Amino acid sequence: MQEITGSDQTFRRALANGEIALPKCDSCGKFHFFPRVVCPHCHETALSWRRASGRGEVYTTTVVRRRSEQGGDYNICMVELEEGVRMMSRVEGIAPADVTIGMAVTVYVGEIDGQPAVLCRPVEG
Amino acid sequence: MTGDLRGKAAIVGTGHAGFGEARGLTAYDVMAQAGLAAVADAGLSLADVDGLFCTMMEDSMPALMAAEYLGIQPRFVDGTMTGGSSFVNYLTSAAMALDVGLCDVALIVYGSNQRTASGRLVTASRPPEYEAPYKPRYPISAYAMAAARHMHEYGTTREQLADVAVAARAWAQHNPEAFERGPLSREDVLAARMVGDPLTVRDCCLVTDGGGAIVMVRADRARDCPKPPVYLLGSAAASSHRQISQMRDFSTTAARESGAQAFAAAGVAPGDIDLVELYDAFTINTILFLEDLGFCAKGEGGAFVEGGRIAPGGVLPVNTNGGGLSCVHPGMYGIFTVIEAARQIRGDAPGQQLENIDLALAHGNGGVLSSQVTAILGSGNTL
Ligand SMILES: [Zn+2]
Repeated sequence: MQEITGSDQTFRRALANGEIALPKCDSCGKFHFFPRVVCPHCHETALSWRRASGRGEVYTTTVVRRRSEQGGDYNICMVELEEGVRMMSRVEGIAPADVTIGMAVTVYVGEIDGQPAVLCRPVEG
Repeated sequence: MTGDLRGKAAIVGTGHAGFGEARGLTAYDVMAQAGLAAVADAGLSLADVDGLFCTMMEDSMPALMAAEYLGIQPRFVDGTMTGGSSFVNYLTSAAMALDVGLCDVALIVYGSNQRTASGRLVTASRPPEYEAPYKPRYPISAYAMAAARHMHEYGTTREQLADVAVAARAWAQHNPEAFERGPLSREDVLAARMVGDPLTVRDCCLVTDGGGAIVMVRADRARDCPKPPVYLLGSAAASSHRQISQMRDFSTTAARESGAQAFAAAGVAPGDIDLVELYDAFTINTILFLEDLGFCAKGEGGAFVEGGRIAPGGVLPVNTNGGGLSCVHPGMYGIFTVIEAARQIRGDAPGQQLENIDLALAHGNGGVLSSQVTAILGSGNTL
């Protein structure tokens, strides 16, 4: 029997392998995120997976304020990938408040609480 | 709602209960007290209610729980859940159900005890899967990111955001029903504890208990009720997403569509409106909705609210009860935009009663700027 693999499962399997896989519509050519079985742009169902380039930009950002004894402040951002999709993420490697809108970031697979997750770091230079 | 329903149904009763702290009461107790107050206000009794419009955070079938609690067997029930906008949305479905005779007396009702039960905004929904790992704090992280984007695109300032909270407080100071009535300055807001940049705790709505209720009947019957009828002239809904990561443009909401349709149905324009009641869960909401509903151009909301222009004595009265920021915010505030608008039109507002209010706009917001519902209400002079 052939195993059925859902859109969410495909994304997560790729993530576990260190890859950000994005669904792309065979019909209209647009990417979308979150993964689903129908293109939200044109409603066709023939979709393929592409590996994200890893280039992105911060669309908007906030700092969640948290007591230092609970781990301190942390960043939450919306990152817009070069492919045209946006997702929630976090910019690592700089102070949460130093993350700015429009900042160029590298999008990569890191870890949160032992689980693979899409994270960002500022582009060097 | 199309122009065909303009003025066909009217609000004839409003009620509320448990504002602030309703210690010892369940959410359904608060709901029932609000409902009883509204039917009494309409000169009716619970036995007359045959249409029930209700949602709460407590259960998966809150409308059925409410009907059971109230001891009624409604022939029409709407429990559509679009978050805090639900109760403005019910104005449309109630007007439709009344018009075709699916019910004769519609009760829209809500109650919450979130403050005394948990002290936090109650949410029944699980965190979205693709957002949860980043530990956003809902709903503030979503609204904070919208505020940040608005500031980035249009130069909106934290001072302008603060002035929304200051105006709300100034209205609340006239309203004995309001929960927070102490003095509040722009400096107080700016110096308050930062919760989610750029929003401080004073940019955020209250966390209170409270319930609200509205009774609607057909216009012919409304004339026999003790209070002056408040007619539903137009209403419309629009939604753009559920999860904040799916919002296409963080500085423009679907209120643009809901507002335009509601105005078209009512046959009026923003410049005709005497009074505006907006769901102000956060200070950025007021700015976004004033822009998207057409009271000012996109990007000019910050300047529009600056320096008391929406406060008592300003150019446009907005959130005259003190809003969710200073009056009451029991999880889903939407119903209170309608109640305050109706009371201002009737002339029995609890706080500062404005003169000659014939046309009012009530706007509900649900989710994380997800669902937008606009209603335009009018006095008998507007028919
Ligand atoms: Zn497509």
